[in-house]
Order: sequence, then structure tokens, then C-alpha cells
Amino acid sequence: MHPTIKRIIFFSVIIAFWEIGSRLELWLPTILPSPSMVLDALITGFEDKTLIYDLVASFKRLAIGLALSLIIGSALGVLLAKSKSADETLGTVILALQSVPSIIWLPLAIMWFGMNETSVIFVVVLGGTFVMTLNMRAGMKNVNPLFVKAAQTMGATGLDLFVRVAFPASIPHVVTGARLAWAFAWRALMAGELLSTGPGLGYTLRYASDFGNMSLVIGVMIIIGVIGYIVDQLIFQRVEKNVLERWGLES
Amino acid sequence: MFIEIKNIQKQFIDKENKPITVLKDINLEVQKGEFVSILGPSGCGKSTLLSIVAGLTKANSGEVIVNETQVRKPGKDRGMVFQQAALFPWLNVLENVTFPLKKEMSKKDANEQAKKYLQMVQLSNYLHHYPHELSGGMQQRVAIARALAMNPDTLLMDEPFGALDEQTRSRLHGQLETIWTETKKTILFVTHSISESIKLSDRIIVMGTKPGTILQDIRVDLPRPREQYKKEMLEIEEHIMGYLKKEIDKVVSEELANASNN
Repeated sequence: MHPTIKRIIFFSVIIAFWEIGSRLELWLPTILPSPSMVLDALITGFEDKTLIYDLVASFKRLAIGLALSLIIGSALGVLLAKSKSADETLGTVILALQSVPSIIWLPLAIMWFGMNETSVIFVVVLGGTFVMTLNMRAGMKNVNPLFVKAAQTMGATGLDLFVRVAFPASIPHVVTGARLAWAFAWRALMAGELLSTGPGLGYTLRYASDFGNMSLVIGVMIIIGVIGYIVDQLIFQRVEKNVLERWGLES
Repeated sequence: MFIEIKNIQKQFIDKENKPITVLKDINLEVQKGEFVSILGPSGCGKSTLLSIVAGLTKANSGEVIVNETQVRKPGKDRGMVFQQAALFPWLNVLENVTFPLKKEMSKKDANEQAKKYLQMVQLSNYLHHYPHELSGGMQQRVAIARALAMNPDTLLMDEPFGALDEQTRSRLHGQLETIWTETKKTILFVTHSISESIKLSDRIIVMGTKPGTILQDIRVDLPRPREQYKKEMLEIEEHIMGYLKKEIDKVVSEELANASNN
């Protein structure tokens, strides 16, 4: 059986049980609203455009934050790969920071930048940067020495060698780094919005919860999950697979 | 002399911090347009010697002069082909071959030059393929075209056909011979295959191991193509084997001694 058909059956069964359970009042709608109520909440949300504003606002922050973290992360990664002293000092700090959830920076960010977008973007940048740094560093360190030798015999030196050989050779690591940076940034964004101000998906989630609108809470959770799945599976996994194949790293 | 290798010494430091002499008193002269093989058992430093001529490795003492210029760093006058093709996987065949040409000529000229050499290695139909789509033999031909495309006077080849199967290797021998006749390059060819060196070269430099030294300089005066001179080639092979046997025994007995120590 085709995996897509299996998935459709799987989700249909879950939703059917959920709907039947709700209709038989096995649990209260304030605890777990039925799928049809969730769908209603989503339709209302899109019709009065609040969810659209939320999506636009969240994606704007994500785009700015992720772009910054990819740029800063790559630059730091190259620095760590090229300078042994930087690796031995700054590298340790980055390893430590990478193991910390970036949301813990939010209280400090609110003190620095105020209760606004900048604070959320700051948390998003911290979420994505360090994992990008570590992957960029690994990519640079693992450039096949034979590529470098071959390029040298063809007259490449210095910056030319970096731009035309070392960087493209580390693209597989860069792609993996970007995928993980996106995943961390997305989580950091939702946490940041949940604790900060709107508009934004996370903010609407908390707002709906404060007003006891459980249907909208679940609706927003589903949107967050679906976006995460689409970006990871349909964009990053495909790019990663193509790159690995081209670079001859996957048979 | 076109290539002069004078008194080259090379030492490496091993794990126990003891210096190991890899190359000792290497002196060699090669004329312009000559095809010279460097033949020896593994560990005799023949690849290191080639790397020194390429400018990728520094000798501890001695000097290498190519075309009246002392070798200090790699240069486009010496094209190098490695045992692995070392093609850049992110570039297609044509882009790989134009890699060394980017700076000095327009894109159009570079493409034309690259196509000329890709035709020479019979890969004109694969310009837009990526390395992972090619067989090992085809990749190595692209690598040869790439080295030739910068039009170097000297071609340095480090066991270029060592990783290929027998039939592919034999076909590439023929192609290399044709290319050499057409382009008149000076070729330094490192190999551990006696028959390969006899088939291809004007001169064979036989090297011994521990430390790496030149044992013999043998001239091969057979007309080309040499397939028809099987008997003469076999005689030369036995002659060379006589020199190499002692060296190979030396390597084997040392390996056995190491194995029993462990």
C-alpha cells in the first residue's frame, strides 16, 4: 500500500474517534473540543484575517531572525575552523550556548530591547546561530585535502581557494546546518511569541488560551505543526538529499 | 635540462618523534618532452618526490628546477593528476575543466579550450554531466583534460590509473600515449606497476626503499605502440624485477617483523 494512503487512513481513524468521543460527551469541550469545532475556529480565524496577520507577522520575524543567524553562524563557523585560538576559546563558549534553549535569553532581551519584536527576533537569532556555527565549522574542517591540493596545482590561492573550493566543498554541512537552524529558530520563535507580544501565531495561542477558546488553541497548534512539517520535509529534506547525491556522499 | 632535481632529502617525523628519511640524495634530470616513469615499491617516497616537484611538499634540502625556475610553490606550468580524480562534485565536467582557466581568459575562450581537451579524452558527449554520474575511468579522463587545459609544459601523474580496472587502464594507456605524442608534454609518471612503466615510458627510474633512493635509470628504446614487442618488454620486466626483488623482500620482512612484535 502506498504510504500516502496509509497516512490518510491513519489520520481519518484518529479524527473519527476524536469526533465520536466528543459527540458522546466522553470529555468536556473545554478540555478537548471536537475536530469540527477546531475546524470552525480555524475558518473563522482565516475569514476575519487574524490568523493571516499572525502568519505574516510570524514569518516576517522568522525570516529576519533566520537570515541573521545563518549569516552570523556561517561567519563564526569559518572563524572557528580557520583560527585555532578562536576555536579553543570562543568555540567552548559556543558549544555551551548551543546546549541552552535560547528562550532563556528572553527576560534579558526584554530588559535590553523592551517588550517588542526586537526581543523575539533576538531569541530567534540565538536559537539558530550556534547550530549553524558548529556545522559550518565542521564543513570547513572536513574539506577533502585532495580538493585543496588539486586546486593549488591549478593556481588557486588564498581567497580564491576559499570561495571556489573550501566553501562549495562544505555545502552539504551548510545545508544540514541551515535545516537545524530553521528548526531551532522556529521553536524559539513560538516560545518567544508565547511569552511576548503580538501579532503572531504564538501570541494568538496564548490569547486564545487566556479567553478559554480551546478550539483556536488546538487550531493554532495544528498550523504550527503543519508548517514545521512542510518546511522540514518538503523543502529542507529535498534540498539536502539533492546536495548529498550531487556531492557523491549518498549512493 | 628541462627538469633538474638536485640532492633532494626529505624527512618526516613519526609518531615517536623520530625522524624518518623518506628521500635521500635524489638526483634526476629530465629532458623536455621526455616520458619518465618513477617506479618503486610502496613507501619508497616516489609520490612524495612528485609532490615536491609539484610544489605541494617542501624538501628538507636540495632543489628542483623546472624550465630554469626554482620550484617554490605549485604553478600552472606543472599540471598534476592524482590517483583519485579529485574532480569538484559541485561543478559539471565542462566547469571542472575550465576551473584553472577562469582568471586568464573569457568564458567563451575557456569553454572552447576545455572542449578541445575533452575531445582529446573522448568525453565531448558528457560536458554537462556531474562527476558522480561518471565511471572511475571517465572521471580520470576528465582530470587529465583538466590538467592539460591549462597547457602546462609538464604533466605530473601520481599513479593516475592505479584505482582502475585492467581493461580501463589499458585503454587509458593508449589514450595517454596519443595525447603525449600530440602535445609533446614532459611527463613524470609515478607507478608501482612494472609493465605499465615499460609500456609507456622513455626512461624508468627504479627506486629503492628505506630510505628512498634511485637504484637504476633504465632507458626503454622500443618503438611505439609497444604491444607488438611482448618478448622485449618481458625481458626488460625481468631485468627490473631483479633490482626490485631485494627491495620488496626488505618491505615484506620488515612488515613481518612489525607484525610479530605486535
